Amino acid sequence: MKAMTYRGPYKVRVENKPDPKIEHPNDAIVRVELAAICGSDLHLYHGMLPDTRVGHTFGHEFIGRVEQVGSSVQNLSVGDRVMVPFNIFCGSCYFCSRGLFSNCHNVNANATAVGGIYGYSHTAGGYDGGQAELVRVPFADVGPMVIPDGVDPEDALMLTDAFSTGYFGAQLGDITQGDTVVVFGAGPIGLAAAQSSWLMGAGRVIVVDYLDYRLRKAEQMAHAETINFGQVNDIVLELKKQTGGLGADVVIEAVGAEADGHVMQHVTAAKLKMQGGSPVALNWAIDSVRKAGTISVMGAYGPLFSAVKFGDAMNKGLTLRTNQAPVKRQWPRLLEHLAAGHIKPSEMITHRIPLEHIAEGYHIFSSKLDDIIKPVITPTA
Amino acid sequence: MPYTSEKPGATPDPDELRARIPGWGSDLDPANRPAFPREQPDIVTGAHWDLPEQQPGGASRERSVEHERLTPVFGTAQPLHGVAGRIRRFAYDRYSEGQTAHWMLLILGDRVDAITAHVASLVSKRPDEPFTQSGVTGEVAHHPIASRFGRGRIDLKHSWLDPLLVVGPWVLAAFAVFKLGRAIMLPASKRHR
Repeated sequence: MKAMTYRGPYKVRVENKPDPKIEHPNDAIVRVELAAICGSDLHLYHGMLPDTRVGHTFGHEFIGRVEQVGSSVQNLSVGDRVMVPFNIFCGSCYFCSRGLFSNCHNVNANATAVGGIYGYSHTAGGYDGGQAELVRVPFADVGPMVIPDGVDPEDALMLTDAFSTGYFGAQLGDITQGDTVVVFGAGPIGLAAAQSSWLMGAGRVIVVDYLDYRLRKAEQMAHAETINFGQVNDIVLELKKQTGGLGADVVIEAVGAEADGHVMQHVTAAKLKMQGGSPVALNWAIDSVRKAGTISVMGAYGPLFSAVKFGDAMNKGLTLRTNQAPVKRQWPRLLEHLAAGHIKPSEMITHRIPLEHIAEGYHIFSSKLDDIIKPVITPTA
Repeated sequence: MPYTSEKPGATPDPDELRARIPGWGSDLDPANRPAFPREQPDIVTGAHWDLPEQQPGGASRERSVEHERLTPVFGTAQPLHGVAGRIRRFAYDRYSEGQTAHWMLLILGDRVDAITAHVASLVSKRPDEPFTQSGVTGEVAHHPIASRFGRGRIDLKHSWLDPLLVVGPWVLAAFAVFKLGRAIMLPASKRHR
């Protein structure tokens, strides 16, 4: 099969790899119809996540048709069209049995702090991902879901991570009616978090980024107020001014490890890998939320330490909530929102790229060219 | 400004928001939020096992020392091999995830992996092509100038540093290896001629 493969930092290519096999009785093999490049794939692409091996196939957002099932698979059949959550989970461990699917303890031999994720290095379990023609899907009876009739494939694709994670970010903010919500980052997760904040009753939603085209998207798709932090002297002060001096009730951090805005933090974290991630966005979140407010962290960080201003968080009495989204738990409600016309996740898709051109796709996405927000890969194009 | 018990600013009008924002407030009740409560005992998952059957073939599979046994299911994407594999094996066998050395060794293994794979590719049927693999050909037809300039992009302030930061440590490391090798291989009397 053809698959994207990692060749080292900033280098990927398409290779012919052996087809994946059933390796456990509850595995399925899925023929990928659509995959996406996630912003967090860029952390892998940039060499930030430890144990990202040459030859690895990225891609934790994909949908496709079931091509083969293992002997114990009961809930899927060959030919089913499925969306696959980015988390790999067993459904029965201490965490899964409580619905914490992203924290499954039975699928990642390489780490206990991280669950299993498709195509996300050996730190996340060493599973090849969906930017390929075929992919091995473990625990086929608990992860994938047959895509309901009438659901647009690109909408389903966005529910496998991006939109579900954004929704989860808003949920962890514990938003109450009339809250002022600030979202750092106008990428796909930030857009979804902003849109979801309204569903939960926010009174104001302010999105912060430095890319003007992403802020325009936040205004159009998520009905948000926007601030370009590159055009204000002090984004924390600006947000304080806009919130009567108290700060936002809720801040959703949708930026993560490669946050810009402070050269030294960016250099030590994103370039020299001396921190688990640039803490710029996280520190801005701590500074711009009100006392006793809530910060929801959806940005992806690595396992090393980061220079986070925790003293301010402690003194302000903040609640910090975070996790990888338990995507499958989100789906029933999000499909209802989709059917009701409250959300249209595929609106965030800006580029459709054949698998053969995936190196260009990564470069365009990494360099933020061509007003890119969300690229989708078409393995069979 | 005066700080009173009231929240500053105008109170948003729910009717106005409902009219303007599709679905506004439809999940006001936390019970309508899909993953609420965060932990839900006895959730139905589709699992029809208490403990999943063990995936075979894991005899040499590396694992975190924080796991008492190999997980029932594991990835088989890129097994350990070569020098990078030895570095990674040492990181997994020796250090827990709480140790910085664990992660720094894995990052070292990644860099060694990339270099050795590149060198090996030069004698393979398909050598690396760093230029095309960087995707830089995507600059054409994707507005490289208009995307970057005249838009106040703050990343441009430090992007000139990037090549230095990415390549610089390798140059310094190569120099250090050279000096060390020279010190070991050459007699002291010949070093300063």
